[in-house]
Amino acid sequence: MNDQSNTPEDRSTRLKGMGCSRKRVEDVRFTQGKGNYVDDIRMDGMLFGDFVRSPYAHARVVSIDSAAAMKVPGVLAVITAKELEPLGLHWMPTLAGDKQMVLADGKVLFQGQEVAFVVATDRYAASDGVAAVEVEYDELPVVVDPFKALEPDAPVLREDLAGQTTGAHGPRRHHNHIFTWEVGDKEATEAVLAGADVVAEEMVYYHRTHPSPLETCGCVASMDKVNGKLTVWGTFQAPHAVRTVASLISGIAEHNIRIISPDIGGGFGNKVGVYPGYICAIVASIVTGKPVKWVESRMDNLMATAFARDYWMKGRIAATKAGKITGLWCHTTADHGGFDACADPSKFPAGFMNICTGSYDIPVAYLAVDGVYTNKAPGGVAYRCSFRVTEAAYFIERMIEVLAIRLGMDAAELRRINFIRKDQFPYQSALGWEYDSGDYHTAWDKALKAVGYDALRAEQAQRLADFKAGKTRRLIGIGLAHFTEIVGAGPVKNCDILGLGMFDSCEIRIHPTGSAIARLGTISQGQGHATTFAQIIASEIGIPADDITLEEGDTDTAPYGLGTYGSRSTPVAGAATAMAARKIRAKAQMIAAYLLEVHDDDVEFDVDRFAVKGAPERFKTMKEIAFAAYNQAIPGLEPGLEAVSYYDPPNMTYPFGAYICVMEIDVDTGEHEIRMFYALDDCGTRINPMIIEGQVHGGATEGYAIAMGQEIAYDEMGNHKTATLMDFFIPTSWETPHYTTDHTVTPSPHHPIGAKGVGESPNVGSVPAFSNAVHDAFRPFGLVHSHMPHDHWRVWKIARDLGLHG
Amino acid sequence: MSKMHITLTVNGTAVEGLAEPRTLLIHFLRETLRITGPHIGCETSHCGACTIDMNGKSVKSCTVFVGQAQGAEITTVEGLVNADGSLGVIQENFREHHGLQCGFCTPGMITRAHRFLQENPAPTEAEVRFGMAGNLCRCTGYQNIVKAILASAAQLNAAKEAAE
Amino acid sequence: MIPAGFEYHRPADLASAIGLLQDHGDEARVVAGGHSLIPMMKLRMTDLGHLVDLQDIGELRGIAIGAGHVTIGAMTSQHDLIADDRLAAVLPIIREASLQIADPQVRYMGTIGGNVANGDPGNDMPGLMQCLNASYDLAGPDGTRQVAARGFYQAAYFTAREDDEILTRIVIPVPAAGTGHAYVKQKRKIGDYATAAAAVLVGTTSASVAMTNLSDTPVWSEAAGKALAAGDTEGCVAAILAAIDPQEDMRGPVEFKRHVAAVVLRRAIDSALARRT
Repeated sequence: MNDQSNTPEDRSTRLKGMGCSRKRVEDVRFTQGKGNYVDDIRMDGMLFGDFVRSPYAHARVVSIDSAAAMKVPGVLAVITAKELEPLGLHWMPTLAGDKQMVLADGKVLFQGQEVAFVVATDRYAASDGVAAVEVEYDELPVVVDPFKALEPDAPVLREDLAGQTTGAHGPRRHHNHIFTWEVGDKEATEAVLAGADVVAEEMVYYHRTHPSPLETCGCVASMDKVNGKLTVWGTFQAPHAVRTVASLISGIAEHNIRIISPDIGGGFGNKVGVYPGYICAIVASIVTGKPVKWVESRMDNLMATAFARDYWMKGRIAATKAGKITGLWCHTTADHGGFDACADPSKFPAGFMNICTGSYDIPVAYLAVDGVYTNKAPGGVAYRCSFRVTEAAYFIERMIEVLAIRLGMDAAELRRINFIRKDQFPYQSALGWEYDSGDYHTAWDKALKAVGYDALRAEQAQRLADFKAGKTRRLIGIGLAHFTEIVGAGPVKNCDILGLGMFDSCEIRIHPTGSAIARLGTISQGQGHATTFAQIIASEIGIPADDITLEEGDTDTAPYGLGTYGSRSTPVAGAATAMAARKIRAKAQMIAAYLLEVHDDDVEFDVDRFAVKGAPERFKTMKEIAFAAYNQAIPGLEPGLEAVSYYDPPNMTYPFGAYICVMEIDVDTGEHEIRMFYALDDCGTRINPMIIEGQVHGGATEGYAIAMGQEIAYDEMGNHKTATLMDFFIPTSWETPHYTTDHTVTPSPHHPIGAKGVGESPNVGSVPAFSNAVHDAFRPFGLVHSHMPHDHWRVWKIARDLGLHG
Repeated sequence: MSKMHITLTVNGTAVEGLAEPRTLLIHFLRETLRITGPHIGCETSHCGACTIDMNGKSVKSCTVFVGQAQGAEITTVEGLVNADGSLGVIQENFREHHGLQCGFCTPGMITRAHRFLQENPAPTEAEVRFGMAGNLCRCTGYQNIVKAILASAAQLNAAKEAAE
Repeated sequence: MIPAGFEYHRPADLASAIGLLQDHGDEARVVAGGHSLIPMMKLRMTDLGHLVDLQDIGELRGIAIGAGHVTIGAMTSQHDLIADDRLAAVLPIIREASLQIADPQVRYMGTIGGNVANGDPGNDMPGLMQCLNASYDLAGPDGTRQVAARGFYQAAYFTAREDDEILTRIVIPVPAAGTGHAYVKQKRKIGDYATAAAAVLVGTTSASVAMTNLSDTPVWSEAAGKALAAGDTEGCVAAILAAIDPQEDMRGPVEFKRHVAAVVLRRAIDSALARRT
């Protein structure tokens, strides 16, 4: 070690702490196929469960005949609602305060709904068993349109709610109505709209889609009848919450339930919810006394677990002639499918949709959201966004463009004159949020300059002239978006899930030889927590990140936390990590002072050591301090060196960004080519730039898919039309654009390290950028708005409707 | 259905097992042989997570019956590590260039890249993107995967030149 | 997605394979690359008791370039078609089309025989083979007969092949020197079937045009070829539009598909004309 320089810079570099692009520790196992995902788990005697699913979107279940299935070799049990009812498990509570059938109880409400659970010795026998179960259905009228669902004579979907005029979120005004959620000042907003110079109005639909991580959902449930302990390995983005919910609905004491999230092959919100497969696997394990695995197929995944979006957002935006926005009004009709299983903090039935004033200083606003039942799958998860933030961002970024058209203004300039100014932060929004920090003008100007905005507009104008002159059939669209996210849910005072406050946690133990283990209540699904959280600890207490093991996902060992979704890990668990580290540092300071025989206040932290103030040659390294914590009797101090922090964030964090897309569109075929995609993100303090960049690439690719073709579609009979990856659009490396990333840094003032979270920003920001590019290409011909996804035929139809096909 | 006696060479080792004819190769690898690097992502031969190398071809093992593979030489991602257990060139470059996040597509992706670079040792970026288009990734947006493969090509070519 | 059980057979020669088909009737299906059949089996949309794997039958492989004809064994993969430079020299349109089929992994397994024999209107090769005026050798219990690609397709998944016949070879006449060619396909992404695809050959006195995934069979139009041979591009397009019958699916409605069919055909014609020497 003596050849190593001891300058603070060199010592700091060796820590691989915050700000460095540390290579990921996870990758050593993943790159050689040694990850441990749920389907990799095998136990002695393990059984496999698979579902009989409904072919109909709305039907009575007249009878279920399992006799033939029970004769299939290897089939051990067929579980239906009748078997679950005595246990009280034929229905389960949803995260949104509704309840959901675990197995069809008298009727089915969407195609693909779970009807019976076949348990067999292996997945082949289970599949044969599923094919042999005979179910008789009596079809009922189907409603897949949320507006038609609210008509007076619409079919009654939820007969179990008959007579219930109040739901979990207030009054229900129709048998298919779930809730109305209102925020803001309706009267004042409508008064502004009535008196405004200009009001732009549009219906903006954010279509139904699906997070579709490459690994589907699944679990292995194992009830050990000897010690009474239930262990469930599964694709859980929130293992502790699953444990508590499992205990509450099963009656098994919480200490007898152990939930383990092994490696997770992507989540994107799909793995937040509790699905019938988990419940059925647990029940099957209790019944058979053997471990039971359930892993859904891709079709199951796309048909039954966790859709996202499906918001019809009617907007009105008011402005002065000069383009200063004076008010915003939004009414959203939210299609929740057959059960309200949206994954939102309990007090927010439409998530944080009230961030829909976006990056703009809008003095008055009003938002109302009506949740509606239809014959579609339940879900409503935050697909790589924080609880409906992507819907909100898409809405406002489309409304800005629509307003720019009404005003005849450049949309970049319209944004600039309405941005919340740097000096207005912390900023109170008209819909109730306190934005922590931001510098939108700086980001915007940097972005426009980086892409050469004026030159692009000139090129676009030339192309338009060429098009009109018959020299080309390709148009250029320049898609702009400036988004503000709201992540890091959240303060316990207003954020909870089923009553569990949305704090998060970290426990750090320093070993005698100076290495450490940290455990968190979160769980990585690819975000690289084991890499980045160790970096936070490295910087905070001066132990090299390479000497820190990080563990998540085992409820028997990790401190309680609410899990990983909504970009909350860095803002909440990252803060807990820093705070736990600071507790250790405080104790280390006392130990160092004792060892150096000075007063506590006379030592100061210096990268990886405490040194006597004014005498830096007198120091104790963290390694020495750690050893002392275990081998010296220090007056007034307990032995050991560990700490735990439960962090209740004082506020959300508000990452933001400026995204610009340049797209070429073939007017005759509806095909497109992304020529440039520039993404500037401001996520506050940057922990690992390499990982941030990777998150931006991935999120923007999801946004590209959503904007340009990815959808969950149903026909009028409620048949699911996009149940395989042939029709559910996931772009390959060939279609996916190249991204240019950039950043500004505006730290969060309330976060211990100033970090804001980034994982979801690129999905939130890129969807409007791609969509606005399509719209922008056709703006000269009079296009105001056209719904996503902008797949070939829908883009072609824009051109057709504008008369561009001659 | 009577079971078939299957023999394969997997990652250089002769292996055998019994399987129903309908057993998909991916299940035989993962459940009978416990080679769990290749994953199941879509089951309809779109995603490529199950990609293995079979007789010198990149193959989606979810769409091959084990009988069709009888006697085949198979390489999976586990077989691409160096003899000393260290990461192979492509594996190391995926790590170096952050070409993976959740890791679920990675075994198929790396196994495909291995065959692709055998066939096209000095590809352009466009050729990499076209040659890797049978493997879906939901996390990375592919940009760093492409970077990792281009870097691997350069490194493998430099090593070849040095050896010659 | 697990298939139902079946017996697996891997005959060593053609006669044994045909014998198996005779023994088991419509209970038996042959499998080449399996990338159309196996997904259908996993969805339990195809029920069969006996699977006859053709991979050991050596005579079904290989590409022979003759003076006037190219003969391609049914078990030749798309990957092999792409890789064969001699084939590309005489029939460059095959490489151009093959590169637009599915993805690299599927092209290693997918065979030309499977692609043409299965009768899936989404497959690219049937239209291409009609454009090229190929014929198929069908071997059955009573020997081998030859059927023109242009007369082979009856409806989606229904062809002139009898249950106990195996498509063994594809024989393709080599176009006259200087013939221009193009295969243009619009699709949503790599791995997708065509929204519309056009195969065009144009020489100095003759032309041939066929379309893919715009009807329940591939569409070859004699009138379209004649119009194009006469230099009448719009007449060619009109003839094709009269012959196709696209259905709405997730790729888009009928009106869109008809429009795009004309666009890709015009582009294929332009490209083929530009390549004609």
